[in-house]
Amino acid sequence: MLDFSKNYFELFGLPISYVIDADQLAERYLDLQRVMHPDRYAKGSEQERRLSMQGSIQINEAYETLRDPIRRARYLLSLKGIDMDLQKETTQDAAFLMEQLELREKLAGAHNQPDPCGFISTLMTDINRRITSLVGQMAVQFEAATPEQLEAAREILRKMQFLQKLRYQAESLEAELDEAL
Amino acid sequence: MALLQLSEPGQSAAPHQHRLAVGIDLGTTNSLVASARSGKAETLPDDNGRHLLSSVVRYTSDGVIVGEEAKAQAVLDPLNTIVSVKRLLGRGVEDVKTLGSRLPYQFQQQRSAVPRIHTVAGDVTPVEVSAEILKTLARRAERSLGGELEGVVITVPAYFDDAQRQATKDAARVAGLEVLRLLNEPTAAAVAYGLDHGSDGVHAIYDLGGGTFDISILRLKRGVLEVLSTGGDAALGGDDFDRVVAEWIMQQAGIDDSADHEMLRRLMRDACSAKESLTTAAVAPLLVDLGNGGFWEGELTRERFDQLVEPLVRKTLVPCRRALRDAELRVEEIEDVVLVGGSTRVPLVRELVGEFFHTRPLADIDPDRVVAIGAAVQADVLVGNKSDEEMLLLDVIPLSLGIETMGGLVEKIVPRNTTIPVARAQEFTTFKDGQTAMAIHVLQGERELVSACRSLAHFELRGIPPMVAGAARIEVTFSVDADGLLSVEAREKSSGVQASVLVKPSYGLTDSEIEGMLRDSIEHAAEDLEARRLREQQVAANRSIEALRAALADDGEKLLNKEEYQLIEDQLGKLVEVYGSSDHQAIKQQIDTLEKVCEFYVERRMNASVSKAMTGHSVKDFE
Repeated sequence: MLDFSKNYFELFGLPISYVIDADQLAERYLDLQRVMHPDRYAKGSEQERRLSMQGSIQINEAYETLRDPIRRARYLLSLKGIDMDLQKETTQDAAFLMEQLELREKLAGAHNQPDPCGFISTLMTDINRRITSLVGQMAVQFEAATPEQLEAAREILRKMQFLQKLRYQAESLEAELDEAL
Repeated sequence: MALLQLSEPGQSAAPHQHRLAVGIDLGTTNSLVASARSGKAETLPDDNGRHLLSSVVRYTSDGVIVGEEAKAQAVLDPLNTIVSVKRLLGRGVEDVKTLGSRLPYQFQQQRSAVPRIHTVAGDVTPVEVSAEILKTLARRAERSLGGELEGVVITVPAYFDDAQRQATKDAARVAGLEVLRLLNEPTAAAVAYGLDHGSDGVHAIYDLGGGTFDISILRLKRGVLEVLSTGGDAALGGDDFDRVVAEWIMQQAGIDDSADHEMLRRLMRDACSAKESLTTAAVAPLLVDLGNGGFWEGELTRERFDQLVEPLVRKTLVPCRRALRDAELRVEEIEDVVLVGGSTRVPLVRELVGEFFHTRPLADIDPDRVVAIGAAVQADVLVGNKSDEEMLLLDVIPLSLGIETMGGLVEKIVPRNTTIPVARAQEFTTFKDGQTAMAIHVLQGERELVSACRSLAHFELRGIPPMVAGAARIEVTFSVDADGLLSVEAREKSSGVQASVLVKPSYGLTDSEIEGMLRDSIEHAAEDLEARRLREQQVAANRSIEALRAALADDGEKLLNKEEYQLIEDQLGKLVEVYGSSDHQAIKQQIDTLEKVCEFYVERRMNASVSKAMTGHSVKDFE
């Protein structure tokens, strides 16, 4: 049974930090799943199966959250008492918003490109690069985590959210093109 | 120790006796059953030494015939002989229409969403047809292994959606089998290879079967097989190769589209054998019976065949590309690509796949058997024949899950390639003032538009207290279990009003329908329902007794005080007593009582195992 009151960092026995040792995280994750996964209780009682499923779900959720730089930032902020309503919050950075608009227009025009799939693929690489650069900026904010820096982290997260949404849309368009083949 | 004084229940299995569990590859064209014995997994042959069972079921007025004998009659009796039923499994009447107007069956016209095929033995659903195949294989295994099966692992294409998985599980229930796990076919193949090669690294599994295509990218590391991404096409396979060849023959031989069922079946058969001989030969001669006493003679060259099927083979490379990207890997990082499924025997498939992955594809385990072998290995682990040190599988959901929001758009709640089991929640709110109900439409797929995704279920949350628009907080939780099956729950947070569904898709059968089918099939087998129930409860009781004894011996004295130990032991003793009776209800009751009494102990044991894992001690350190 898992102690659900532990935060995700405690669950994996890791220090609370934005910069994370990915190998160590993966190792702890596997150690926990090895004992908790429902496959270990396939022939167990109903209670064992239920508990192992709940525990395994929690471990997966914790792992996905800490592994993904965007979710990890949001989680860390929430541990610091900043809960964001990302559906309502949006960045006011005009230059960034302008760039987003351009990226969005590019995506919308993918249909008319000679190689739409290749075009989307390049665009996605570009989106991923932008996210990676924000991840670097985010790490700096969490080093000392002063109130000003946490506010800055929040702003970076809003931007990450934008890019992530765009990535989803690109994926959807790509799926549409694949199906048309 | 006191424990040893308890009498062994009836003819129960000794604590370390090998439990019988098998892996079943329920294929579109052929099915197999395999079992792991003395460390080696093997497919099991029938009395004639054949391992492959043709997935063909023929209904006659005096019984059901499954396999080669049924297949032999497919051309003569097309309406009562069901082939490739897997293509219909978990599909709705509407889907079946789009699968091709050339399906040679008579579908029963009715309101039900589940297609029913009319045969001389009555109307049958794809679930029942599949159950016949499962039963045949289970009987073969029980004869060959000399005992009753405790459970089965059934493989499904990774790309199977929720409805298709549910239908597969339903088929097992109708066949009277306990499903330990539904296992994705490529993952099963990886298990078979992983054991054989024991090589850590990233592997691609390319699985082209009779009717489905799957690609999976997996990482094997220190005994954990982690699926990184998966993709595919649930309606693309070797049957499609046959179809394009058959169409080409029709064109060449001047056969028009109005050809009858029998003619179409013959053409498909001829096309299939031409395809098979082109695996090694450069030219396949054709002699087509035109049905009017005349014949058409011709030949199909490898070159022409390659031209015909190339677009289909290229179509499989699209999901390959996407799976790589989802796994965030470049093609160079893939160590090797493993070929699975009979259709990977086609030389052009090998050529194009090798070209794509920049490596010569591996096919050293028979591609027809590798899936069943992997399933057998996993069945052996799940049923408890192997120690905890064994391999662990971490699989993913193949398709994103979401719900319909305003404007016919899909809000994704669980994205594809998320590791299972998983639960994700999202909050929604009301749209109108005083709104007291909310319709929830569950969808599966990658597209943004509802109309382009697969509809899995509709349900309603009622009794929301009237509030102004936007004030209610409705939390929708999606849970996907280790079989990849979804359940959805909706709850209004301020009032606690709740509604939930185990997603029984629009195309599924109800529980009572399945019960009915099970009853029919038991009656058919002239078996006594009561006797069956008793046996089931005895098996369950035996399992509880064994598991609890092993647990007590392992850590009972460490985790329990004297009174607790005594309490559990008393209830265990009562179960052993009632085990020998013929009262299945009493047995069931005592199993439930025992489990209830043991709840705190089970929790302590799980806690202990988590602590052990986290302090880095292996189980051995505590012994």
